[in-house]
Amino acid sequence: MSHYVLNVNGAQLGVDAPGEEPLLFVLRNHLNLTGTKYGCGEGQCGACTVLLDGRPTRSCLVPVSTAAGAKIETIEGLERNDRSGKLTPVQQAFMDEDALQCGYCTSGMIMNATALLRRTPHPTDEQILTAMNGNICRCGTYPRIVAAIRRAAQSGEAA
Amino acid sequence: MTARNAFEVEMIDGGAFDPDAPLQFPRRDFLKLFGSGLLIGLAPAPVLAQEAGRRFGEHELPKDIGAWLHIGADNRVTVFTGKVEVGQNIRTSLAQQVAEELRVPFNSITMVMGDTARTPWDMGTFGSRTTPTMGPELRTMAVAARETLVQMAADQWHTSPAALHAADAKVTDSAASRSATYGELTAGKEILKVVSGDPALTAATQWKVAGAPVPKADIRNFVTGRHTFPSDVARPGLLHGAIVRPAGFHATLQSLDASAVQKIPGVQIVHDGDFVGVVAPDYVTAHSAADAVKANWNVPQQPSNAELFAILKKGGNHESDNEPPDRGPEHRTGNIDQALAQAAIKLDQEYTVQYIQHAPLEPRAAVAEWDGLNPTGPRLTVWTGTQRPFAVRDQLAEAFNLKPEQVRVIQPDMGSGYGGKHTGEAAVEAARLAKAAGKPVKLLWTRRDEFTWAYFRPAGVIGIRAGITRGGKLTAWEHHNYNSGGAALGTPYDVPNQLVQYHPADSPLRQGSYRSLAAAANNFARESHIDALAHAAKMDPLEFRLRNLSNPRMRAVLQAAAEKFHWVPQVSSLRPGNGGISGDSENSENDGVPQVSSLRPGTNGSGENNWVPPVSSLRPGTNGSGGNDGVSQVSSLRPGTGYGIACGTDKGGYVATCAEISIDPATKKMHVVRVTQAWESGAVINPEGLRNQQAGAIVQGLGGALFEQILFADGKILNPLFSQYRVPRFKDAPQIEVVLVDRKDLPSAGAGEIGLIGIAPAVANAYAAATGTRLHQLPLAPNQS
Repeated sequence: MSHYVLNVNGAQLGVDAPGEEPLLFVLRNHLNLTGTKYGCGEGQCGACTVLLDGRPTRSCLVPVSTAAGAKIETIEGLERNDRSGKLTPVQQAFMDEDALQCGYCTSGMIMNATALLRRTPHPTDEQILTAMNGNICRCGTYPRIVAAIRRAAQSGEAA
Repeated sequence: MTARNAFEVEMIDGGAFDPDAPLQFPRRDFLKLFGSGLLIGLAPAPVLAQEAGRRFGEHELPKDIGAWLHIGADNRVTVFTGKVEVGQNIRTSLAQQVAEELRVPFNSITMVMGDTARTPWDMGTFGSRTTPTMGPELRTMAVAARETLVQMAADQWHTSPAALHAADAKVTDSAASRSATYGELTAGKEILKVVSGDPALTAATQWKVAGAPVPKADIRNFVTGRHTFPSDVARPGLLHGAIVRPAGFHATLQSLDASAVQKIPGVQIVHDGDFVGVVAPDYVTAHSAADAVKANWNVPQQPSNAELFAILKKGGNHESDNEPPDRGPEHRTGNIDQALAQAAIKLDQEYTVQYIQHAPLEPRAAVAEWDGLNPTGPRLTVWTGTQRPFAVRDQLAEAFNLKPEQVRVIQPDMGSGYGGKHTGEAAVEAARLAKAAGKPVKLLWTRRDEFTWAYFRPAGVIGIRAGITRGGKLTAWEHHNYNSGGAALGTPYDVPNQLVQYHPADSPLRQGSYRSLAAAANNFARESHIDALAHAAKMDPLEFRLRNLSNPRMRAVLQAAAEKFHWVPQVSSLRPGNGGISGDSENSENDGVPQVSSLRPGTNGSGENNWVPPVSSLRPGTNGSGGNDGVSQVSSLRPGTGYGIACGTDKGGYVATCAEISIDPATKKMHVVRVTQAWESGAVINPEGLRNQQAGAIVQGLGGALFEQILFADGKILNPLFSQYRVPRFKDAPQIEVVLVDRKDLPSAGAGEIGLIGIAPAVANAYAAATGTRLHQLPLAPNQS
């Protein structure tokens, strides 16, 4: 058990955890940031995607000891904290396209799509499919998610 | 209209269901929650006198209540139902129906669902029963509430109810220019009314809120990560659990050495018989401790995929040669043997489907908390993801020798189930660990657990023999399903001579419900067979279907799908003079190894399958008016492209699916390019939700059609990870077009399941059109990465 200070959504948060504990469970169980989901524990489904220094990362495969020092962004950090409650273009587009059914994959989808649009603000469909192919939606809402990403790209706002 | 009608009883492995279990009427909760207002309960049995004007707590209430509806002074409407939301979007569609009948805004409604202490008993959320049963029940209550409110206003204003009008959560007296909100009418009062009967519901043609597209309720909480799924529930002092899983199915524990684990601070071993679990302060410690426990298991020898289909056909893995009892045919008309003997063209073929796993993205999860200090005995509360919270409550009560009233199961809207979460294993395991630890415990199944210890969609063998006239009319249809199930077993086609039978078997693997049950398997076999017959008769597959279908609803979806898809007639290029199509095909070798059956077109030996590949499949827009005169016609189409069509019906829904596939000339990989699906299930309640369900069903169905299969041997699952079990991903999703046929004159049927029964045969038929090779097994492309 060691003490780590994590930079999560702009805040410095201290946790005591075994160094090998995956960032996913530190976020969920120690910091109560449960928007990031467990889906497989082997980096195959993308439900646990967070941004580590801007890169979409499977938090189930990252030990907390490695994550300390990086800038960590989770789904909870996307919503504006300025009382406006304004959503990011990707979040808004998921709502506008009704791009979910059970919603369990949604956090990971939004984080991955956010990273894509920050990197490539106007992706082609092929770029969207390639970037998103590692995220699984068992309800099968892929076409709506692609539509949502296109819509967010056209919003004129930065992701 | 009753909450306990004769539901289709699904295959459920474990978990007793008792329809006569007493309902816990949550009187205390209501008093505490509401204090005042109008409370309407629905009694499914039409015997109860209406009770009005009494205080909530002052009289005996009926034990058998289907749902509750409360209207508060603030105009908030709260509806209580035991149904659960799992992504099928009934939280939205049920609220739409209440809003419609009650004449209130959609957003004023809160749905309380799937909490055994707060909602009426419900058998479970499955079988597409919510829309046809719970929907009308809630509408009945809402009508009664509206009529009560109008009567209250009439009494208050000394006028006739007929002079008043209810709209937008208000009762209005237009003549006297006065109105009162529902909240004003009920404020400070405690009105309880139990209703039953069959009031006049608002016709679908008059719907304003229902029938319109509404986004998922609470959608904002999902895009912000704020929604609490079962696996997200946290309690003060929560510990984390892990289970030491047996080395295989039906294993017994031989020895246990937990010495290495007992030294780890904060770790507790829970051992009781063959149950071995670990509790620890954090997730990673719990799991490393479980891994460090040395357990020796005795795993008996068990079959593998190689023997699977032979076992299912003989009814199970019986040592003796005794045949399982024959249940007899589900359906028999005419004389099948005679009809087959006289048929001009016959086709005999066996089809197989493998076990598949639901693989909901949220694995089974439970948080269990005991309250041992309650003076009336221990209380157990479990938050868990399940489609049957009341059944899980009873399962927990039985496991811990409690009365059902001592157990509360709460089901937060979960990361779906697709029929896979009917049972409460994770709930029982978490409760065992929590009881031993004396603290609340969370148990989250690993993906490997989910792939191994959850139940499977049944594997099956389906044998079909059919005969047609030279003019393409079906005369004989014999359909045997071994093990996979009886859903959509009967043929929707007009056939005078039929024998249709389901043969249950002792399944080598634990099996249970799956979205659409066996309808996907039966429909795959039937629609593949129909397609092969059409080609044998030198008829366009759409034309052949229409020639043999009189059901107008089935015809309507077929025609709607074909039109939108730009279906072009496809005619086989049968060699001139080849009139000797007999019927008996070779039996496929069901040795369990998925294989491509490659019956070469044009072969014509006896015992060979004589289906002949279609060669005409034109692009949309090209001239396809080829006629069906049986003259060979070869189109100029891109090689490696094929169109396929299929249709089906079950549970009151009708579906037709057209698919275009392409085969990569280099890699031979099959890609489903586009799919058009027409759907009819009576009056549409939420077109947005319905389109979403249909498209999702196509994508999910594509997994079972193309890739998904459980590989097993000797009591172990050989591919228990997403890296080994291929599910549909973004790049697999075709371009999808959904055509909704809205029949406002028909009652609404459930739509969550049957949308996936058309895709597998449509793709298989397209593959046959593209390659001349017909595949008879699901998955169709098991080795495709």
